[in-house]
Amino acid sequence: MLPFKPALLWTDLLLFGLVLALLLVVWYIRRHEHLAAPWRKVAMSRAGMVSATLLAVFATIGLLDSLHYRPALPDEAAAAVPAGKTAPGKDAPGKAAAGETRYAVELRSVLDLLLDPLPSQVETTYSAPLATRAFNKTAIEGDEGTVRDYPRLKYGGAHLVDDSSYGGDIATRAAGGALKGLGLGFAVLAVLALLLSPRRAVDRLTGWLAGNGEDAVHCAAWTLLVVAALGGALSGLAGAYHVFGTDKVGQDVLYQILKSIRTALVIGTLTTLVTLPIGVVLGIAAGYFRGWIDDLIQYLYTTLNSIPGVLLIAAAVLMTQVYMDTHPESFETVTARADFRLLFLCLILGITSWTGLARLLRGETLKLRELEYVQAAQAFGVSSWNILGRHILPNVMHIVLIALVMDFSGLVLAEAVLSYVGVGVDPSMISFGTMINSARLEMAREPMVWWALAAAFVFMFVLVLAANLFADAVRDALDPRTRVRGVA
Amino acid sequence: MIAYIVRRLLYAIPILIGVNLITFALFFVVNTPDDMARMALGMKRVTPEAIERWKADHGYDKPLVFNATQTGASKFTDTIFVEKSAAMFAFDFGQADDGRDIASEIASRAGPSLAIAVPVFVVGLITMISVALLMVFFRATYVDTSGVVLCVALMSISALFYIIAGQYVVAKVWRLVPISGYSGSLDALRFLLLPVIIGVVSGIGAGARWYRTLFLEEINREYVRTARAKGLSELQVLFRHVLRNGLIPILTASVAAIPLLFMGSLLTESFFGIPGLGSYTIDAINHQDFAVVRSMVFLGSVLYIIGLVLTDISYTWADPRVRLE
Repeated sequence: MLPFKPALLWTDLLLFGLVLALLLVVWYIRRHEHLAAPWRKVAMSRAGMVSATLLAVFATIGLLDSLHYRPALPDEAAAAVPAGKTAPGKDAPGKAAAGETRYAVELRSVLDLLLDPLPSQVETTYSAPLATRAFNKTAIEGDEGTVRDYPRLKYGGAHLVDDSSYGGDIATRAAGGALKGLGLGFAVLAVLALLLSPRRAVDRLTGWLAGNGEDAVHCAAWTLLVVAALGGALSGLAGAYHVFGTDKVGQDVLYQILKSIRTALVIGTLTTLVTLPIGVVLGIAAGYFRGWIDDLIQYLYTTLNSIPGVLLIAAAVLMTQVYMDTHPESFETVTARADFRLLFLCLILGITSWTGLARLLRGETLKLRELEYVQAAQAFGVSSWNILGRHILPNVMHIVLIALVMDFSGLVLAEAVLSYVGVGVDPSMISFGTMINSARLEMAREPMVWWALAAAFVFMFVLVLAANLFADAVRDALDPRTRVRGVA
Repeated sequence: MIAYIVRRLLYAIPILIGVNLITFALFFVVNTPDDMARMALGMKRVTPEAIERWKADHGYDKPLVFNATQTGASKFTDTIFVEKSAAMFAFDFGQADDGRDIASEIASRAGPSLAIAVPVFVVGLITMISVALLMVFFRATYVDTSGVVLCVALMSISALFYIIAGQYVVAKVWRLVPISGYSGSLDALRFLLLPVIIGVVSGIGAGARWYRTLFLEEINREYVRTARAKGLSELQVLFRHVLRNGLIPILTASVAAIPLLFMGSLLTESFFGIPGLGSYTIDAINHQDFAVVRSMVFLGSVLYIIGLVLTDISYTWADPRVRLE
C-alpha cells in the first residue's frame, strides 16, 4: 500500500545508467595517475570549474525530474474514475479488489513534488512576470454590472490584500528566499568538504570561500553560492507569484523552463550512447584493418553523410509518427508515448552524427598502427583484438572524450531547431524547442508577450554556454596538440 | 585530372544507390503505403476501399519490389521501387500531394534560395576570415581574449534567437525593412537584406573561432619565422603566407558547402516567407508530403557529392603540390 508507484521510463533508465557509468569512469580515472593528470588541469581552469558547477546544477534538476512515479489516487476519486479512462493493463478498474490502491494515469516526477504547488497553479491565460492581474481585459461580473477590466489572477499575488503592499511583499519574499538559498548552498559546500576531507573539513571550507580569484575551486564555490541565492529568490517568489509569467494556457513559465532542462539533457547525453559505440568501433576498425573493411566503412559514412542531416531526421521522425499513430495500443500513457519519441529522436540523431567521430578515429588509428609499439606487438604475435584494446583504444580515448563534450551543446541547440521544424520532441513534451515554437507567434501581439521566449532563450543560452566553456576546458587539457602549443 | 574526376563521379554512383535504398527502406518498408494512406486520410474509420483509392491516386498501388502479376522484365520494373525510388536517378521526382510536378517546383524555387544563400556564404566567409585574422594579429592580448569569449557567447545563442530578435528589432521596432516576403525583381533587395545579415551574424561565432585556431597553428611554423626574418611586416605575413597556407582547411570546409546552397536554409526561409527550397521542405515536412521529402533527400545527396568532387579539384588550385591521379 505505497502512496505512490515508481514508474520507470526508458529514458530514465538510460539516464541513470549513464550516471552510473560516469561514476565508474571517474573511479577508474582517479586510480590511474596518467589519466587523472589532465583532469586535474580541468580542475585548475576557472572557466572549466565555473561551467562544471553550472552544469552540475542543471544535471541535478534534470535527474530529479527523471525520478518518475504515479501517485496513488484517493479512494473516492479512484472509485469515481470511469472504466474507460484509466490505462489498460494490470491495474484496470473492475479487477481491483476493494481497498486496493489505484494509481493516477499521468506520471509525476520528484521535481514536480518539490515544486508543488507550482505545476497545478494554472491561470486562465497570459500574465506578465510577477503580475497580480491578467494580461488581457475581460468582462468581470461585479456589483455594479459588468465592467471590462484586468481581472485578478487566481494564484499570482492572490494573498495580497491591497495592491500597495505589492513591492514590499516581493522584496521580502525574494530576500527571504535568497537567504534560504544561501543557507542551502553553504550546507552543500559543507557536505562536500566533509566528504572530500573528513578530518580537515573546516579548513577546506574556509579555503574555498576565502581563496583568491585565481583559484578555480574558489570561483566554483562562489558560483554555487550565487546560483543558490538566485534559485532561492526564485523559489521564494514562485510560491506566491508567477516569476516568469504564464503562457497562453496559463501554465507557469518557470515550471516549463525547469521541465525543459531534462529534455535538453536527455537529448544531449543519450544521443552519445548511440554515437559512441558505432563511431568508436567502425572508426578504429577502418583505420586498423584497412583493405575492404576500410572501403566498406568509408562507403557507409560517406553515404550517411551525403544525406542532409535535417532531412534524414525529418524522414525518420515522420516515419516514427506514422508508426505511433498506427500502433496507439503500444503506449500506456501520453508520457510513455512522448518518451518513446524522445528516445527515437536520440537514436536517429546518433545515427546521423557518428560519422564525424568515426572519421577522426580512422585518421588517428591509421597513424597509430604505424608506430613502433604497435608494430612490435604485431611482431610478437599479439592478437588484433588485444592490440586494439590495449594499444589503440587507450590512445584515441582523448579524441572520444573531447568529441563527447563538444557534441553536447550542439545537440541542445539542434533540439530547439528540430522542434521548430516539427520533427523534434513530441508536442506534449515540454522542451526549449516546443516553448519557443509555441511562443514565437506571440511576438506579433500588441503589446508583446515576450517573457516565455526570453526565459527559454536565456536558460538555453546559459546551459549551452556552460557546456561550451566546459568543452573548451576539457579539450585544452586533453588534446596533446594544445598541450604542446601551451609550452611553445 | 579528367580521368580523376570521371572516377570520382563513378564512385558517386554506389553512394547514390545507397542513399536511394535508405530512403526506400525508410519510406516504403518501415511503413507500408497502407500506413501512409491511413495517415493521409485521417485515422478514424478508414474503409479499405478508401485506402486502395488513395494508393491508386498516388501510384502506390503496386508491389514494393517484385510484381508477380506481370511478365518478363515488368516483374521488376512495374513496382514501387522502380517507379518511385529508382526513377529519381533520372531526376523524375513525380508529383507532390497537391498534384504539382516536384521537378519544376524545385527549378522555380532554387532562385530565391540562392538569392539568400549565396550572399550569406560569401559575406559570411569574408567576415569570419577577417575577424579571425584580426584576432590572430592581436594574439595573446585582451583584444584576442575578449574576441574568443565573444565568439563562444555568440555560438551559444540559438539560431532561432537571432532570427526572432532580428526580425523584431529591425523589422518591427525600427521598421527598416519589411518583416517577411519576397519579390522577383530588384525590389527583392529590401526583403533579402535582413535575412542575409542574420545569416552572417549567426554563423560568425563558430566560424571565426575555428579559423582562428587554424591560423594559430600556422603562425608558429618555420616559414612564418623566415618570412618575418626577411623583414616582412606582420600584415604581409598574415595575408601572404598564413592565409595562403590556411587555405586547404578553409576549402575543405567551404567548397563542399557551395552546391548545398541550392537547398536553401530551412529556418531563414520559413521565418521570412521566402519561396525557396528550404521553405518548400519545411512545408512538405509539416504536411507530411513524403514524395517531396524523398526528392529533397536525393537532391541533397547529389549536391553533397558534387561538393566533394569540387573540393578535391579546388585543392589542386590552392596547393600546386596536390596532384589528382
